[in-house]
Amino acid sequence: MKYLILIYSNPASREIWEGFSEAEQAEGYAYYAGLTEQLVDSGELIVSEALADASHTKRVTVRDGETITSDGPFAEVKEQLAGFYLVDCESSERAVEIAAKMPEAAFGLIEVRPVLDLSAAGM
Amino acid sequence: MTEPTGTERLLRQLAPQVLGVLTRRHGDFETCEDAVQEALLAATGQWPAEGVPSNPTGWLITVASRRRLEMVRSDAARRRREVTAAALAPPAPEPLPAVDDTLTLFLLCCHPVLTRVSQVALTLRGVGGLTTAEIARALLVPEATVGQRISRAKQRIKASGARFEPPPAAELPDRLVAVRQVLYLIFNEGYTASSGGRLHRVELTAEAIRLARQLHRLLPDDGEVAGLLALMLLTDARRPARTGPDGALIPLAEQDRSKWNQAAIAEGTALVTSALATAPVGPYQLQAAIAAVHDEAARAEDTDWPQILALYDHLHRLAPSPMVTLGRVVVVAMVHGPRAGLDQLTAAAADPALADHHRLHAVRAHLLDLAGDRSAAREAYELAARRTLSIPERRYLEARASRLGMTGP
Repeated sequence: MKYLILIYSNPASREIWEGFSEAEQAEGYAYYAGLTEQLVDSGELIVSEALADASHTKRVTVRDGETITSDGPFAEVKEQLAGFYLVDCESSERAVEIAAKMPEAAFGLIEVRPVLDLSAAGM
Repeated sequence: MTEPTGTERLLRQLAPQVLGVLTRRHGDFETCEDAVQEALLAATGQWPAEGVPSNPTGWLITVASRRRLEMVRSDAARRRREVTAAALAPPAPEPLPAVDDTLTLFLLCCHPVLTRVSQVALTLRGVGGLTTAEIARALLVPEATVGQRISRAKQRIKASGARFEPPPAAELPDRLVAVRQVLYLIFNEGYTASSGGRLHRVELTAEAIRLARQLHRLLPDDGEVAGLLALMLLTDARRPARTGPDGALIPLAEQDRSKWNQAAIAEGTALVTSALATAPVGPYQLQAAIAAVHDEAARAEDTDWPQILALYDHLHRLAPSPMVTLGRVVVVAMVHGPRAGLDQLTAAAADPALADHHRLHAVRAHLLDLAGDRSAAREAYELAARRTLSIPERRYLEARASRLGMTGP
């Protein structure tokens, strides 16, 4: 089963991150690199990416055939998507176990969503 | 779907034999398995152009042995010379193996130290003779993910100290349970309603049936292996009728039964009939028997529901599971009416594993529909559609809900 693990940031978590010293931030990056390596090693990782700062966001709207973009960040959005892991693992319990390793889980900023698949066994 | 070519089919058939010979000879399963994979890839490239060698098994054993030697030798310069030599010299004929190690190979690939996903990948490669790329395409995951699963699985086998030899007789029944489960998982993984030809998946149902046939040939007296093969054949027989031209699922009751594969039904029915008569009964045989009763009905209304209910009762006693409970509820409704089914469903919902399962909502919707309670049925179909993790199922459930909505309650 494939699961998407979504990592969000909010003002509080961003403040903590920005308050980190360079060494502490390096430690944070190393922690994530180690986590990614573990998931590659276990054969569970499909893809993971960290997203650029939310100020790079472009909201895209097509109206009357014309594409209009508005630039972020959007003040009304408090929680920003910061990165994700797409994993293929045995159970939702295992996906939750992986998600719990994300430091942002301490702030309730991790979500696990199952991915729809094409199987229809037993129908 | 891509049909395997003649060469691919031959290679998949020969692969376990070649791997058995190599591992028996050298012991290091990890390296031997990689070497055989490379030999298979070399053959895939060479044979279609140059023709199949007169002794294809011998060719593969020779090439795999050389590859293994190259891997074992760490000296890079030496390795380069070996490659050149291997490319120049025609393989010497190898004697054919005297013993069939395929069962040992099945058991090793489904070793209990491995996770289920690793067992699946390793079985498809080691016994099935599929390439990593083919397995990745079939499982819809990247090739690197599958490669990693296989290499890690082999490391675990090595670390566990498992040897390439048949397990003690006392362990065999438990070990075979895992092999059957892995094959059934492969079958179900392939039992997808693919839309359009863009997926190019290796036919996993066909591979699972082929492997189950092999296992049945090795263990003709194992009633559950026969039951498993029968269940696959009897289920796969309905495949041509299972999806419409637009890829939408068609439920059993509405399928065009003239499209069912009668040869597969006859074979599956014969297998399960003989297994039930000669071997101790087991869950695969009972599920196959249920499938056979469905398949022998020329029209949905001819289905022998009391017979199916008796089989479900037996299955429920022998191997209770949430899905068996739900399947049985549907049959109760067919025998005793939808209200009787709904009563049993309420009881079944007490099981936390089922309480919010999409299948429970789907069954409730179906029974409410049968009972004529259209608005409640619609709501339950919508709930089930939101809860399912399968795209074809969601499409089917949404279609049911909107069909009930259109004419109004």
